[in-house]
Amino acid sequence: MAVSSPSADLSAALVLQPVTALDWLVILPVAWCIGIGAILMMVRHRTGLQPLIAIAALCVLAGIDATLLWHVSQNGPVTMVMGRWLPPFGIAFTVDLTGALFALMAAVVALAGAIAAVTDINDSGRRYGFYPLLMLLMAGVSGAFLTGDIFNLYVWFEVLLISSFGLLVLGSEREQIDGAVKYGFLNLVATTLFLIATGYLYGIFGTLNMADIVVKARELRDAAPLTTLMALLAFAFAMKAAAFPVNFWLPASYHTPRIVVSALFAGLLTKVGIYALIRVSVMLFPVERQELSFVIALAGVLTMITGALGALAQTDTRRLLGYLVISGIGSMLAGIAVGGPGGIGGAVFYALHSMVVMTALYLAAGLAARLGGGFSLSSLAGLYTRHALFSALSLMLFFAVSGLPPFSGFWPKVMLVKSALDTGAWWLAAALLLTGFLTTIATARLFLLAYWRPAGAGAPSGEVALPATLLVPLIALTAVSILIGLFPETLLGLVQKAALTLNEPSRYLNSVFPAGSAP
Amino acid sequence: MEPVFALLTGIFLTIAIYLLLSKSIIRMLLGVAILGNAVNLLIFTSGRIMREVPPVIGPGLDVPAGPVANPLPQALILTAIVISFSFFAFLLVLSWRAYSTLGTDNTDEMRVAEPEDATLPPLGY
Repeated sequence: MAVSSPSADLSAALVLQPVTALDWLVILPVAWCIGIGAILMMVRHRTGLQPLIAIAALCVLAGIDATLLWHVSQNGPVTMVMGRWLPPFGIAFTVDLTGALFALMAAVVALAGAIAAVTDINDSGRRYGFYPLLMLLMAGVSGAFLTGDIFNLYVWFEVLLISSFGLLVLGSEREQIDGAVKYGFLNLVATTLFLIATGYLYGIFGTLNMADIVVKARELRDAAPLTTLMALLAFAFAMKAAAFPVNFWLPASYHTPRIVVSALFAGLLTKVGIYALIRVSVMLFPVERQELSFVIALAGVLTMITGALGALAQTDTRRLLGYLVISGIGSMLAGIAVGGPGGIGGAVFYALHSMVVMTALYLAAGLAARLGGGFSLSSLAGLYTRHALFSALSLMLFFAVSGLPPFSGFWPKVMLVKSALDTGAWWLAAALLLTGFLTTIATARLFLLAYWRPAGAGAPSGEVALPATLLVPLIALTAVSILIGLFPETLLGLVQKAALTLNEPSRYLNSVFPAGSAP
Repeated sequence: MEPVFALLTGIFLTIAIYLLLSKSIIRMLLGVAILGNAVNLLIFTSGRIMREVPPVIGPGLDVPAGPVANPLPQALILTAIVISFSFFAFLLVLSWRAYSTLGTDNTDEMRVAEPEDATLPPLGY
């Protein structure tokens, strides 16, 4: 073979210096999740053992992601190439601050979900494979956040999609089958659109490595239809992120599975779409993003307004929350449309806040149903007298999702409104504020009807204790939201640095192509 | 050759979208199957087409002697085929379950998750 002949220069094809121990962290979250997922699959029938393994594994995952975030914030973006093939030939995993922040928050959310599932998912649900599917979902989500290769991103999208199918139909009730049909077909079309765009991208650039695309796009800008390509990618990711008018799969399906599954989906899935859109539009095609910014802004405004109005019209608390997820996506799109460190930083910050708060809100809806006997606003009443602490936690989360201080939703909204005003897009700022107002009404009405309204005669009443496994994740996520709201400096600094790296990816490029090696 | 392949991809995509817009789940499934093949053809074509030169490096050489076919699109398509096949299989089983549980294969009549007669929430108390 040519490669093994003594005359061959291996450094022309392979990365020869060994990978340092800390750099292994880049691939560890994905490998860890797949490994633990396989182990959980083997102990599928040991339903008592599964949650212990999964919770411990997710604690470790959060630790790995936190160390990775620390490593990246200290030393800049880190790259590892599969099989040591020199990039752009090998599949590269490249982690910058944005990816590391998203991965850490995803691990925290998944950990909260795994703890809540101890009570919420019964033995048959566990035998069905809740925990293995959760770990595989996390493998897909982490892979999507950490990869530096566009086709690899597509593969991780499919990994998380197929795991989400399994979680969605867990229980096989009529509603779930109905929701899963719509979720399945529309999401498959969305990822196929992404694959079509990837095919064109490969046809134009002849490479799939993101750093390589950044370099080549600068030369090809006048020669290739990059705006069309960006529009195709934006359409595919907008569909994954549930942006108006391609978001009808979300209200059709998010209220059907087990409440823990809904909570995990609300925290993880749409945010992967937003992350991919940020990565592609800001880092890969910044000029094209600028050209499409009005379209993205318009989609953002329509998404946030229709989401907030939809939330006002719902009777089912889970569907109400589904529309709030959509409304939040609109705010992130607004940030992407505005661009610059303020807009992109705001979008990233909003996504991180939304991951925590939307998961917590779905968990709260599950607890409310436990206390009040259902999800319908017509029958839910008097929760305040049933459990005061839970009601206080819910109220804080309602404030957080509406963007009121001192909770986590306030700061990203400030960043987004300010950067929109700075670029002269007053209508975008107005839409953001109007959405905040409508969301406040929707959640306040939820609190008024479900918590404050005195329960009718014959309804369950009196104080009840809630299982600790359900209350602890809710308390923890609310605490995260409050901490971010009270001490935003650390996270603000990180997201602004992340946005700067995305806008000016020279350090990202240096990490993939160390000085001297030509792409 | 490329224009012919491009045209074929276009025809495949047209048929797939037409079928996906249908209300009947079986037609939608056929649409999904054709959509997957359309995308495979698209990737194959965008990797540029060349006849009869397999991408094999001869003995004693570091690089191929002349121009060869591009092997990467084939790897991409192989991945895409595996994924689209597994999705098609899942959706097929799901559709069968939907038909046997919900008693219809018409998506307009699948309103269990989103009932048509959903009431408005109470406006006050």
